[in-house]
Amino acid sequence: MAKPRLSRWGLRTLALVYLLFLLVLPVGLIIWRTFGAGLGPFFDALTSPSAVHAFQVTLTVALWAVVANTIFGIGASILLVRHRFPGKRLLNALIDLPMAVSPVVVGLALILVYGRYSPVGGLLESWGVQVIFSTPGMVLATVFVSLPLVVRAVVPVLEELGDEQEQAAHTLGASRLQAFRRITLPGIRSALAYGVVLCLARSLGEYGAVAVVSGRLVDQTQTLTLFVEERFQNFDQPAAFAAATALALIAVITLLLTKLLRPKD
Amino acid sequence: MTTDTAVRPAPAPGSPGAGARARSRFPVSGGTALGLGSAVLYMSLIVLIPLAVVVWRSADQGLGYFWRAVTTPDAWAALTFTVGASVIVALINLVMGTIIAWVLVRDRFPGKGIVDTLIDLPFALPTIVAGLVLLALYGPESPLGVNLAYSRIGVVLALLFVTLPFVVRTVQPVLLELDRDMEQAAASLGASAFQTFRRIILPNLVPAMLSGTALAFTRSIAEFGSTVLISGNLPFKTQVAAVNIFSQIEGDNQTGAAAISTVLLIVALVALISLDLLQRWGSRRG
Repeated sequence: MAKPRLSRWGLRTLALVYLLFLLVLPVGLIIWRTFGAGLGPFFDALTSPSAVHAFQVTLTVALWAVVANTIFGIGASILLVRHRFPGKRLLNALIDLPMAVSPVVVGLALILVYGRYSPVGGLLESWGVQVIFSTPGMVLATVFVSLPLVVRAVVPVLEELGDEQEQAAHTLGASRLQAFRRITLPGIRSALAYGVVLCLARSLGEYGAVAVVSGRLVDQTQTLTLFVEERFQNFDQPAAFAAATALALIAVITLLLTKLLRPKD
Repeated sequence: MTTDTAVRPAPAPGSPGAGARARSRFPVSGGTALGLGSAVLYMSLIVLIPLAVVVWRSADQGLGYFWRAVTTPDAWAALTFTVGASVIVALINLVMGTIIAWVLVRDRFPGKGIVDTLIDLPFALPTIVAGLVLLALYGPESPLGVNLAYSRIGVVLALLFVTLPFVVRTVQPVLLELDRDMEQAAASLGASAFQTFRRIILPNLVPAMLSGTALAFTRSIAEFGSTVLISGNLPFKTQVAAVNIFSQIEGDNQTGAAAISTVLLIVALVALISLDLLQRWGSRRG
């Protein structure tokens, strides 16, 4: 039995060394470098006016995107699971489409439709609404990239749940809204929370699509991820590392939350 | 993190989910129409129309123009490098992802739970941060003395980082549900460990391994954020297709950017359709 044990050790070592050098050491190093000089510089870097502004822009954009995708996610899930209509498979497939699209292509697509020199963008501009290089465009880009997350979290649970209880509520005279609020929503609560956390994390961390549509205007449309890149390119490593560490901590919290919320199957 | 919900297999026919769907009768058609209308409008305004405009714009000035835009030396170099690097990344993921999934399911060691949680970190970490952390360890100030900044290997490393979870997370559940009786039977009949793996375990894993690999490939093709810092954006050397599109947008060449975007969309579409066919093939084989 010496040979299987040897191969087991070999595989374990190979897997762990790969993860160590690809994942653990790089992420660990940046956290170590950020906190190497103590907590003071970390907080100084994150409380500079530009960083605070970037935080605010990130939060605004992410919140709008999460609200929009949560409402869409609940509606689309109920539609896909509880309703019958022609083209259902197509809609189901199209919801996954955003994940196959490069973030840069997302940005380009939105510029082509909503940019100042396009018919739609020009019309909106004449009404005083600027989409591209402004918050609405960044929200659209963020909605695009995080669109499938809530739907994909809720659909399996809604399928598992079945609709017997909802039908019972209907026979007992509950309105659709009542049945949704009292029966469906409690049933999908943890799956919905899981999807919302994934969506929020993705929205806070989006870089490529937002980089294209925001125009990357410092102190105007700069999000936290754009701040990381801009600070790094301008040789301000401490600020770039501090913001990157803040984003990494958000990612770790997300990871732990999703582990708690993930539906057990 | 985007795809870890998508790779979860759909419920098989006959599962409670499928039954509930077939029985569902109560919705009023008016409500269905309203809901469907809103969903389609939302998707159209944000996803479908913009993507259609990209494709339309790329073909706007004729196929000849499209072809010239795609085959300009820098765009062509970026496209071939992207596809080549993605193939390498997909293959490394195929091997390492399977090994990691194997170790996480079949091996026992202290700290395994933490390692299992860490696998999802690349999905949770913003891509720009992924690029930055790799540059910190493998850049000009590397404590290891390895400088991969502005090199093609650096780009491959970034792509390996962001695609790590795909194969692990598709193979792991299959491996967990694998019946071990067959392996014991094979072993008791005198099969070596390698024979058992090749003849009993591997055939069951192949569909999951291939779909994880296809997902990793599509992600690599589309990747932007993690490669920005480490690639240094050197045309003809380390520039990937997404970064090439980005510089064309910045240079106000929207038609050229749209042409390369269309090529990326087509490659992703082909990969996803093959993945769908693979999954059907896998489920037919049971």
